[in-house]
Amino acid sequence: MRANYGYKDGSGEYFITIDTDKCNGCGDCVPACPYGVLGVGEDPYDPFHEEPVAFVTEAQRKKIRYTCASCKPYLTSLAGVQTEVSLREMKNLPCVAACKPGAITHSW
Amino acid sequence: MAEKKEYWRWLETRWTNPDIDLDGKEGKIITAGCDVGSVSSQAVVMVDGKLYAYSNMRTGSDSPDSAMRAMNWALEDTGLAIDDVRYSIGTGYGRVNVPFAQRTITEIACHARGANFMYGPTVKTVLDMGGQDCKAIHCDERGKVLTFLMNDKCAAGTGRGMEVFADLMGVSINEIGELSFDIDEEPPPVTSTCVIFAKSEATGMLKKGVPKNKVIAAYCSAMAHRIYTLLERIGVEKDFAITGGIAKNVGVTRRLFAELGLESLTSKYDTQIAGAIGAALFAKALVEREAKK
Repeated sequence: MRANYGYKDGSGEYFITIDTDKCNGCGDCVPACPYGVLGVGEDPYDPFHEEPVAFVTEAQRKKIRYTCASCKPYLTSLAGVQTEVSLREMKNLPCVAACKPGAITHSW
Repeated sequence: MAEKKEYWRWLETRWTNPDIDLDGKEGKIITAGCDVGSVSSQAVVMVDGKLYAYSNMRTGSDSPDSAMRAMNWALEDTGLAIDDVRYSIGTGYGRVNVPFAQRTITEIACHARGANFMYGPTVKTVLDMGGQDCKAIHCDERGKVLTFLMNDKCAAGTGRGMEVFADLMGVSINEIGELSFDIDEEPPPVTSTCVIFAKSEATGMLKKGVPKNKVIAAYCSAMAHRIYTLLERIGVEKDFAITGGIAKNVGVTRRLFAELGLESLTSKYDTQIAGAIGAALFAKALVEREAKK
């Protein structure tokens, strides 16, 4: 399942996508995020999924644009335009870099 | 002063399946789902995975009380009591506040499962237009969620917005969709779906002398477009189904179909009960899983 956490408002789209088929529930992303955006536990969207998966915590879902901004000042300034540098920066985000199976992606 | 008419008040419904005979109910798996949303609450009772009774009513300020009232209304005149229900699941915004539920499941999972039951296994994309949020879900032929997207940060372009608008226009919310087509030409949509901005824009239009139905049409098409942009992010695959209260508003749905170039399936049940149906089906699956252990 591709779980899209975040929102869209007048200023743009801010989604963190977690691919729960790739996520192995290891929890490496949780300490990697300096602001506690991510958590690991029972899959909230699939009651029959036995293994734990990562998700964006409830407290952060409606404000990730602001919380994540400090990790990605350059990417935020681009407003979605992809460049060679931005693709590299995207890979180096703490949560994305910490995820070995590559289950976490950001939309902005 | 004359009492103000409640234009926002939509029809509350309840239904019992006449084809289910409950004789010998001991051997049957009776499960329930209760969806306490921001605007409406639904309770569904299922017997062996078949829809037996449902109710759909307004959520009050007290979530546990709303859940109880919806459940009691669904069970009314059925000969069943709440103790006959083997397993109940709560879902929706107020899911932690359903006093009789054994566990909770998020509304995304329940809506996909419920839409799969209501519209059939061909459904791939489910759009739930609720009271305060909007969810777009892709699911497989068993109703399992594959992708989802939820917009609950802002209630623009949702049921609540439509209620406010009906009140402003002085038109019953049950008729607002039809009236939006009673116009000479389609107006440009209002520039913002934000309830506050749209309300002041609409007031301005009315004061300028734009006919009421045209202002309604402008809001409906803005809402349809906002939902379209949300759906665009995850894409729409056939078959497409709409659940939730706005599914009953043709002013929004027909304009959305025109943008998508695609129609949605229809159901003989109340479109608002999808979440509660999903919960009741999950309850049955959990009972069966317990039995196997």
